Amino acid sequence: MMWARLTVGAGASGLGLRAAGDGLLRFVGAGCAGRRQQQSRAASTETALKKTPLFDFHRGQEGKMVEFAGWSMPVQYKDSHIASHMHTREHCSIFDVSHMLQTNVHGKDRVKFMESLVVADIAELKDNQGTLTLFTNEKGGIIDDLIVTKTDQGYLYVVSNAGCADKDSVHMKARLAEFKYAGFDVDLEFLDCALIAVQGPTMSQVLQVGLKEDLSKLTFMTSALATVFGVPNCRLTRCGYTGEDGVEISVPESRVVELTETLLTNSEVKLAGLGARDSLRLEAGLCLYGNDIDETTTPVEATLVWTIGKRRRQAKDFPGADIIIPQIKAKTARKRVGLVSTGPPVRQHTPILSPDGKVIGEVTSGCPSPCLKKNIAMGYVDAAFAKNGTAIQVEVRKKAVPATVSKMPFVPTKYYTG
Amino acid sequence: TSGVLVQPQQPGAECPEDSGDYCGLQETNSPFVFLSVALKFTDKHEWVQVEGGVGIVGISNYAQEALGDVVYCGLPEVGQRLEQMDEFGALESVKAASELYSPLTGEVTEINTELAENPGLVNKDCYAKGWIIKMTIEKPEELDGLMDQAAYDKFVTSLE
Repeated sequence: MMWARLTVGAGASGLGLRAAGDGLLRFVGAGCAGRRQQQSRAASTETALKKTPLFDFHRGQEGKMVEFAGWSMPVQYKDSHIASHMHTREHCSIFDVSHMLQTNVHGKDRVKFMESLVVADIAELKDNQGTLTLFTNEKGGIIDDLIVTKTDQGYLYVVSNAGCADKDSVHMKARLAEFKYAGFDVDLEFLDCALIAVQGPTMSQVLQVGLKEDLSKLTFMTSALATVFGVPNCRLTRCGYTGEDGVEISVPESRVVELTETLLTNSEVKLAGLGARDSLRLEAGLCLYGNDIDETTTPVEATLVWTIGKRRRQAKDFPGADIIIPQIKAKTARKRVGLVSTGPPVRQHTPILSPDGKVIGEVTSGCPSPCLKKNIAMGYVDAAFAKNGTAIQVEVRKKAVPATVSKMPFVPTKYYTG
Repeated sequence: TSGVLVQPQQPGAECPEDSGDYCGLQETNSPFVFLSVALKFTDKHEWVQVEGGVGIVGISNYAQEALGDVVYCGLPEVGQRLEQMDEFGALESVKAASELYSPLTGEVTEINTELAENPGLVNKDCYAKGWIIKMTIEKPEELDGLMDQAAYDKFVTSLE
């Protein structure tokens, strides 16, 4: 067999683990099948990969390390992908997401600064409330998706994708220069702390033991500073990328291994890697930048109009607004939809066909759903086929297979709203 | 001793759990060596076992481990004729898809219909219950070109 198509959607950075024509699975250090020369080429790039503060810890826990967005990250540990995925839905998993870019935006004009880059109403956020938003470009395309939290500490806390870190920091620095030149008071601080996501229904019972504060007061998309299991200066944000109740904890680099080890002493908790992270987020209907959204997709095509703030729609004061706002009324030719099928799994680039066999779109991400035991996917289709319940087809290995347009999330989400 | 003494491994018999890549061979005290049931391997990690003139095909333990939990098996039709190295199907896990390549030239005589309901058999019992297809052996000399257990084990070590 050839490891022809590993589909860890790694997005626009072009680092998807899709093999070259000779079928190598580019698992760095995982000892998978492949030709020797390619294996050694992979080994030589491994030394150039960035490492999070948990790198040695992952290896000690038998993490299978792979390249992702220029980082060496664990795709899974001892447990199978499905076991790890289900553990997150039934108990609690820790994901190392330290490769993501964390930024604090300081200064009197930080809100104005941020709003010049994103589509959200930041000014209206309550203290310590966060929101998912988008960096857009002048063509109305999406530069990245990110979470902005308006802390009560005098800064905005921003988390954006690892695969877009270089692009986003250049983008923010360019706008910073403009703002400073215009006399505004803004500063950027790129953080070097670690970030771990603790996700699953038993997260709060696990974490509460290590917190003085009442976790039941920290609702979905709110953030707080806290000492967690004796580690001070952690930022806890009740959000995540799995659809489960969970938090992301920004932890001082020097203490993240200790905190992770402490959490793992609770038998509810297991480590999980990028493999499970991707199947969990897809079940939750969450986009993966680079696959489901990118600079060629507008928020309207991507069914992300809800991220555009009410005031911002009126003011039209974000990049690409003059292209995006008219699309809300006029509608777009294509739309991002969910789809469900049985039979052979549906993956990125799978053609989507009408019932009479015409190409009407393409899958942007897909995998077999461990929870539903069906195939789930996201893709763009001609708007005429975008209604939930529409019968369509997907072309897998030259055969047309029936599929149905489906609402998302595919698996109900369990965000904690209080 | 003069080498590994084997007893024939019956398709469908349970593999000992810790057999790893030695599943299919058992040491016995018998002086008889039944070479016709030794597994031969391709460099794409398929194995073929000759049983009554028919080739039984599956994937190795190394392959099933790397692939992860198999959730779907795409299999050929009975009667399909395959040249050596022809693509005859695919195995899919949550994250990966892998094509299957025919180790020999021949015709598909049987497919493992158990795999439709229970694709995980490929992981749990890759050398026995997780067999994938059976085929005729049009060119027995092709078997000589495949790796025996020892050569395959060496090959796998060279990859890790």
